[in-house]
Amino acid sequence: MPTHLAIQAEGLQKSYRGTPALAGLDLAVPYGTIHGLLGPNGAGKTTAVRILATLLRFDAGRAEVAGYDVAREPRWVRHRIGLTGQQTAVDDNLSARQNLVLFGRLFHIGKDAARRRADELLDQFRLTEVADRAPKTFSGGMRRRLDLAASMILAPEVLFLDEPTTGLDPAGRREVWQAIRDLTAAGTTVLLTTHYLDEADQLCDRISVIDQGRNLVDDTPAGLKRRIGNERLEAVASQPADLPALAALVATVASNGAEPAVDQERLSVTVAVTDGVRALTEIAARLREQGLALADLGLRRPTLDEAFLTLTGKPAAEPAGPAAPATDIKQSEPTGSREPTGQSEPTKQTEEYA
Amino acid sequence: MTALHLAPPPAESLAARARWAVVDCWTIVWQEITHVVRQPSMFAWQLGFPIVMVLMFVYVFGSAMDVTGQGAGEGYLEYAMPGLFVLTMAFGFMNTAFAVALTKEKGFIDRFRSMPMASSAVVTGRGLADLIHAIIDLAILVMIALILGWRTGGSLAATLAGFALLLWLRLALIFVGIFLGLLVKNTEMAGNLFALAFPFGMISSVFAPPHLMPGWLGAIAAWNPVSATAGALRELFQSAPVTGGYWIEQHTVAAAVIWPALISAVFLPAAVRRYWRLAR
Repeated sequence: MPTHLAIQAEGLQKSYRGTPALAGLDLAVPYGTIHGLLGPNGAGKTTAVRILATLLRFDAGRAEVAGYDVAREPRWVRHRIGLTGQQTAVDDNLSARQNLVLFGRLFHIGKDAARRRADELLDQFRLTEVADRAPKTFSGGMRRRLDLAASMILAPEVLFLDEPTTGLDPAGRREVWQAIRDLTAAGTTVLLTTHYLDEADQLCDRISVIDQGRNLVDDTPAGLKRRIGNERLEAVASQPADLPALAALVATVASNGAEPAVDQERLSVTVAVTDGVRALTEIAARLREQGLALADLGLRRPTLDEAFLTLTGKPAAEPAGPAAPATDIKQSEPTGSREPTGQSEPTKQTEEYA
Repeated sequence: MTALHLAPPPAESLAARARWAVVDCWTIVWQEITHVVRQPSMFAWQLGFPIVMVLMFVYVFGSAMDVTGQGAGEGYLEYAMPGLFVLTMAFGFMNTAFAVALTKEKGFIDRFRSMPMASSAVVTGRGLADLIHAIIDLAILVMIALILGWRTGGSLAATLAGFALLLWLRLALIFVGIFLGLLVKNTEMAGNLFALAFPFGMISSVFAPPHLMPGWLGAIAAWNPVSATAGALRELFQSAPVTGGYWIEQHTVAAAVIWPALISAVFLPAAVRRYWRLAR
């Protein structure tokens, strides 16, 4: 197996009592990169992480993490990985510092080293001021940061993050994103699951879109955006009678081949656009010409549901999680500040948007 | 990336793995002790229940109880106190189950299992911590009993043997608690175990002699493991030996040794199997 891969999985299969959760998943994650597993609930993201983190046996396929076979050398894998699961696995009845010392001691680094390491991590994750408080008094973002710190005791080569920002408010999400970026800057390889498109876009070097336990698409965030369209234009009519005219109007600014989606309940028409600002000004001008009154008009990023619709031609099999948060989070963080390491952009253009 | 070299690689040899198992077990015990030190009030609440039971049964109901045949209330403290010791041990399995369910619910068990630590420590540490807990519980209860005027009538050796039997029962119920904690889905369900624990504790000789109950119920009560240990204590403490005609009541000490052994023989392997099933 190539040694530059921190995680390599081939044809992973896993069923729970006959119900397939993974149906031949492949993964190849180079050292020092962030890889995202993106998919709706029930797609198999958590199962994949649990298998790679040695928590779950698998039925078929093979997997290596940090150069060790997951099935045959689980204890060596555990020596090289950190895991932050969906729940914050911190002890609410210990202080933040005591939590970190506890995990340090369980790694057998010695009591003194465990204390020193706890202080280092508290500093690194900006928790020094609250070190002696119990995590139950923390904000969601602080709890998650402590959780991350606990999985970083040994500065593991590979870190698994299962939905690291689910349930956090925008400020908490930013805090956790920054913490994750800092880790990879220090060389840690990260595999994270998410059902937020913008989170995958913000953090990941590569993204595997998963559907029903299989790889649907493996691409860079830029490549993925080319496939699913970067932006959606959404117009909301002020009365139901205007909907057909509005749909026709919106269709004229659609990016190549994209069909407007009409929501009769919300009276909205949504379509993928290539150049958001141009589409917006164009449609505003035509609206004035036709004298159509709107309730709302704006640009937003596609939701996971829309991405799935574009990629598969059918809605996501399971109800997807909450839609991607509004773009204001996105705009406050400059994109492209971090270059993908050792990854070349794919030269292949997809047919839809060539 | 400074920390990795600090950590020894995972233990490979049997001896090294055994040493890790002991060290990790002690670390988990340390975690539990730190809980108590940080939050003594939580501990006090857990102990509150048996204390209330002692006061209620000895003073509220006890005055109406005639267990010795010498009149209401006569010798009731001597009769009930061993039962209350046992009851405290018996209800302790709920604390174990709740703690295990919480560990599972919070994803704590996943974090432990993703680490190179000895996975047995999650269970052994829990068990040892609960035993220490039980010893503290008993010490406090004994002090309260002494204040109320309870005295052991047995020799020092017999009295210590009695307390050893109490811990022997508690140990068996720790395995039950771990099994149930792994079995239930969440802490809410673990809390509902009280519905199971209450009749298990009450349909026994703790508060009233089984031979005073209706025949079929008396038989169940007499053969209850809780009654076996309670009967053994009354014999060892030589306090108000009130027995009916049940065979088990003539052999209480043997029963108090055998019953917990049987429970452990069933539930220790079951708990281990349940633990391994987490990987499925």
